[in-house]
Amino acid sequence: MTLEIEDLHFTYPSGVEALKGVSLTVKNGEFVAIMGQNGAGKTTLVKHFNGLLKPTSGRVTVDDVETTKTSVASLARSVGFVFQNPDHQLFSETVEEEISFALKNFGYDQNAIEERINWAVNLLGLSQYRKTSPFMLSGGERKRVALASVLAWDPQILILDEPTIGQDHQQKENLRQFIIQLQTQGKTIVIVTHDVEFVAECNPRVILMRGGKIVADGEGKEILTTPQLLEESSIVLPQIAQVFTQLASEGLPKNIIDIYEAKRLLLKVLKERQT
Amino acid sequence: MAVIETKNLTYTYPGAAKPSISDVSIKVEKGEFVLITGPSGCGKTTLCRTFNGLIPQFYQGELSGEIEVTGLDAATHPTYEMAKSVGLVFQNPENQLFALSVEKDVAFGLENLGFDRQEMRKRVDWALNRTGIYDLRERSPHEMSGGQQQRVAIAAVLAMQPEIIVLDEPTSFLDPLSAEKIFEVIHDLNQKLGLTVVLVEHRLDLTAKYANHIIIMDQGKVRFDGETRKVLSNEETRLIGVGIPKSTLLYEMLNREGADLNGDTPLSSEELAKILLEAMR
Repeated sequence: MTLEIEDLHFTYPSGVEALKGVSLTVKNGEFVAIMGQNGAGKTTLVKHFNGLLKPTSGRVTVDDVETTKTSVASLARSVGFVFQNPDHQLFSETVEEEISFALKNFGYDQNAIEERINWAVNLLGLSQYRKTSPFMLSGGERKRVALASVLAWDPQILILDEPTIGQDHQQKENLRQFIIQLQTQGKTIVIVTHDVEFVAECNPRVILMRGGKIVADGEGKEILTTPQLLEESSIVLPQIAQVFTQLASEGLPKNIIDIYEAKRLLLKVLKERQT
Repeated sequence: MAVIETKNLTYTYPGAAKPSISDVSIKVEKGEFVLITGPSGCGKTTLCRTFNGLIPQFYQGELSGEIEVTGLDAATHPTYEMAKSVGLVFQNPENQLFALSVEKDVAFGLENLGFDRQEMRKRVDWALNRTGIYDLRERSPHEMSGGQQQRVAIAAVLAMQPEIIVLDEPTSFLDPLSAEKIFEVIHDLNQKLGLTVVLVEHRLDLTAKYANHIIIMDQGKVRFDGETRKVLSNEETRLIGVGIPKSTLLYEMLNREGADLNGDTPLSSEELAKILLEAMR
């Protein structure tokens, strides 16, 4: 299932021109991080992926179907969207009702719904909260409920808007493991994020946006180690990249973001120099 | 001199089955920059709410043990009086700002305390300058970026000239560069004015380098409490799931494999790069 964006322009009714000609292809099974400062157009762009917004001009196609020629409801089956703020998404009285809502709308029978709920709550560590109101849960837990309710209908493409905000170290690590698991199932994953350390650990394809345009598209290893590019987007280099930037005078490569790769390289150089 | 001191502080929210913080005994000295961290739900926000008496005076519930802040019993001293000594800044500045202009927002607390106009003017201008938003004073806070709004919230607290400023994840809604600028502002207030800072934060990558004192909590209890460098070089902190700065981790990994690096445990990329450059030359 390919996502194709051709020369996309979008202007909000207020007159704000949020996207100024974006072209992009996301292949089936790809893992993509869209980065950039507030107001760069990241969320506006991904809202086009499931038809929440329709292009002012240009084309967005999901699996060769133009989003203007189909409904959000039918697109939702293949493109799941998890909002930045779970409170914009949650409305049911219990966690299990929340998860079953979309499943009922998609016409699943009661047995299948029960099975899907079980699967989703177990996967996200929510089984003890099945009968609890989402609004009684912590911010991090509500975020997991929102994710569970989308995963339950098993969309092929998953969009996560700022999934790491308000999550502690362990929860971020769980999220990373979880994304790896989805990748092995061949899912397409698109995250919108500011979190450079998280992106450095996941190492997805990185798309950097600024002023409604894509300014860089490539490997995390290259983009996250280019100080000028990041600075213009209000992004700070990942800490490992910062270290290697400061070691440039020693002839070490600059494009390092992975702590294990950093360790191997440094041990080798230190050994050479110390003998 | 301790400006915050708790002894066996235990607190249970109304209707909760078990305490959110239990047996917390800590001391914060005047002029310190203290980082409080730990997994979600560990009790760090609850602890901060005791510093200006919001717990138990607003939240009710059951508090036992002792808490003294700037020499006052925070549990019973009126919260509007405590606000003169302890300023609180929250995660989301939108929840804190309401006035039509930046300077009105910053002046609001002073108006309530009945300061005269001249003194108010002086303090507001000073606070706006200190946080780098003097030029924005006539703007509406709601037209500003998240980073600018958070500066307004800090300026509003600063105008009260408190002895202690407590910030609960003040940058979680900001982009990384705006976050770094906020931390620089706070660090500057700590260094130049000797303001005591208590910062609650998950992201030690960004903040450990500013703090001389760290408190790590887990399940309502204080698990580690001491000098930042010493605490973060203790491997047991890894077990709690605290996000140790990558530079600190890399330094340890290298030494564990025989790199034999000198110096103190680094808390930032600058510190690690310096140690590595020395070792390579």
